[in-house]
Amino acid sequence: MADPAPQSPLVHIRNVSKHFGEGETRVDALRNVSIEVYPGQVVALLGPSGSGKTTLLNVIGCILEPSSGWVKLDNEIVYDGRWLRSDLRRLRLEKIGFIFQFHNLLPFLNSIDNVAVVLNLAGYDAEEAKRRAGELLDYLEVGHRKDAMPAKLSGGEAQRVAIARALANRPRIILADEPTAALDSQRAGIVMDLLRKVAAEQQAAILAVTHDEKIFNRFDHIFHLRDGRLET
Amino acid sequence: MNLAYRDLRHNLGRFLLTCFGLSLLLGVVLSMIGIYRGLVEDALTLVRSPAVDVWVVESGTRGPFAESSRIPGDTREAIARLQGVIAAGSVNYQSVETLHQGAKRRLYVVGYEPGRPGGPDRVVSGRTIGRSHYEMVADRRAGFAVGDRVPLGRNTFTVVGLTDGQVASGGDPAIFITLLDSQELQFELAPPAARREIARGNGGGTTDTVNAVIARVSPNASPESVTLAAQRWKHLAAMTQAEQEIVLTQSVVERARKQIGLFTAILLVVSAVIIALILYTMTMDKIREIATLKLIGAPDRTIIGLIMQQALAMGMIGFGFGALLITAVKDFFPRRVVLQPEDGLALAAAVLLVCILSSGLGVRLALKVDPATALGG
Ligand SMILES: Nc1ncnc2c1ncn2[C@@H]1O[C@H](COP(=O)(O)OP(=O)(O)OP(=O)(O)O)[C@@H](O)[C@H]1O
Ligand SMILES: [Mg+2]
Repeated sequence: MADPAPQSPLVHIRNVSKHFGEGETRVDALRNVSIEVYPGQVVALLGPSGSGKTTLLNVIGCILEPSSGWVKLDNEIVYDGRWLRSDLRRLRLEKIGFIFQFHNLLPFLNSIDNVAVVLNLAGYDAEEAKRRAGELLDYLEVGHRKDAMPAKLSGGEAQRVAIARALANRPRIILADEPTAALDSQRAGIVMDLLRKVAAEQQAAILAVTHDEKIFNRFDHIFHLRDGRLET
Repeated sequence: MNLAYRDLRHNLGRFLLTCFGLSLLLGVVLSMIGIYRGLVEDALTLVRSPAVDVWVVESGTRGPFAESSRIPGDTREAIARLQGVIAAGSVNYQSVETLHQGAKRRLYVVGYEPGRPGGPDRVVSGRTIGRSHYEMVADRRAGFAVGDRVPLGRNTFTVVGLTDGQVASGGDPAIFITLLDSQELQFELAPPAARREIARGNGGGTTDTVNAVIARVSPNASPESVTLAAQRWKHLAAMTQAEQEIVLTQSVVERARKQIGLFTAILLVVSAVIIALILYTMTMDKIREIATLKLIGAPDRTIIGLIMQQALAMGMIGFGFGALLITAVKDFFPRRVVLQPEDGLALAAAVLLVCILSSGLGVRLALKVDPATALGG
């Protein structure tokens, strides 16, 4: 299924290592990991618990500073021994959508505003932000819950709102940590199809951590991590 | 969309409860300032009410309020003849206790000459004294009604009129009687030995003494020239109204003023610490949300705005509630509580400043929050 991609990769990391702590307590979470993900690709990150999957996503998402190696996003080197962008948050806002393992909605905003807030930050006016947020929620089949507060949503509903938020600003890179863990297999399939559609339509690169064997067939490529090392 | 407002609305009950607690605290601060102002104002009412320019008292004293003063009863005539004096009156001041309707009352008795300076400045009900004996005008706070009969010394006085807000520096309500009645009262209440001396006519003792003579000066003459002229009599001292007011605020109420002033300052510091703690915990409770905001790309400006706006909202609502609360209950205080708009404004400004400074603590914490916090379980 992997398509032979002629373009340059959207996510390109080379020899990235990341360790936590020093000496006795040192944990090597990533060891010399190199990955390329091209526009339109949906790739899976697979591996046992503690193998470094979340760490890898955090490094790509510019949340964690690597210990060595370099990171290039959308043809821009953002890390090479140090961060080369002073405003990593702006970079995230513009280029990266996150779907967290735990949905992380803002508890004081209802569903639609949780999505709209990203659009507001990106400079949309209030009305336009609401309209687009509403469309996204409809698209993810949670439109009927748009006025509900996060605490009142089921796990699956909350996850779909979080996905809508990740997609809101049409990011080119979407990082998802177990996006379907809280969903039944039918909904998990729907979400994966949706992510595939987004990848195709927006020429986005999607990296998703998953344990869910039912959806393996929906990925273009699968990276296996073990003890912080990539297995091929 | 305003995140600060949305977050507060989501936790409205808790926020309002916090504001309410803060408003109680700020209400106490405000009432303390009001009590302080009231104290100073009370101390000055009796000095100001006769609206005079010069006080003539016994030489070597700063009477009649700060120290006791006794001058001959004919001093008034001499003072009235001084150049520039347009009116003069003798006055007596004395604290007494009396029984009224079974309860002990402390009163501050002012003796004055009807028709001359020194009487009540405004009678709010009834009339002023019309007869030369056994009538009194009392302040409302004494709890008397027009027509009440009140024993003072050996005589019983009839309340003919009421004033409002005339109190001595200690807070005791003032009553006004004629100078003659007050001289008799001072004689009756003097220690028995002194009284015997006076009755025998020995020791220079006489009942015809007064505590002070007050004088109004014509607009064309200066009070200073009158005080200078009065001081030429060796047994007299004189001071202007302004000097008398300074004596009162600086000596008579100085301790109380410092005491309350210091307590007010401590309360302000306590409030500042409490506000800072509240704001800090408010931020602590929001760490995860702040991390999420950072993760989805919110700039620092958004996060600082969230914290600052909430801090200011809390300060303003707390102050507003507190001010309302104190305005509503201030008249139930036994002594005067004077709420001046400028004091309110100053406190509001102080609260704002404290809110901004202490939200700095929260902001510092918020800016240090690692966006990865949002990812943890
Ligand atoms: N902040 C941290 N400090 C210290 N060690 C950490 C930290 N974050 C992760 N680790 C360690 O790094 C290793 C990789 O963790 P990571 O969270 O990437 O695993 P994972 O593959 O996502 O696991 P799971 O499937 O359970 O989510 C683990 O041994 C973990 O204990
Ligand atoms: Mg993980």
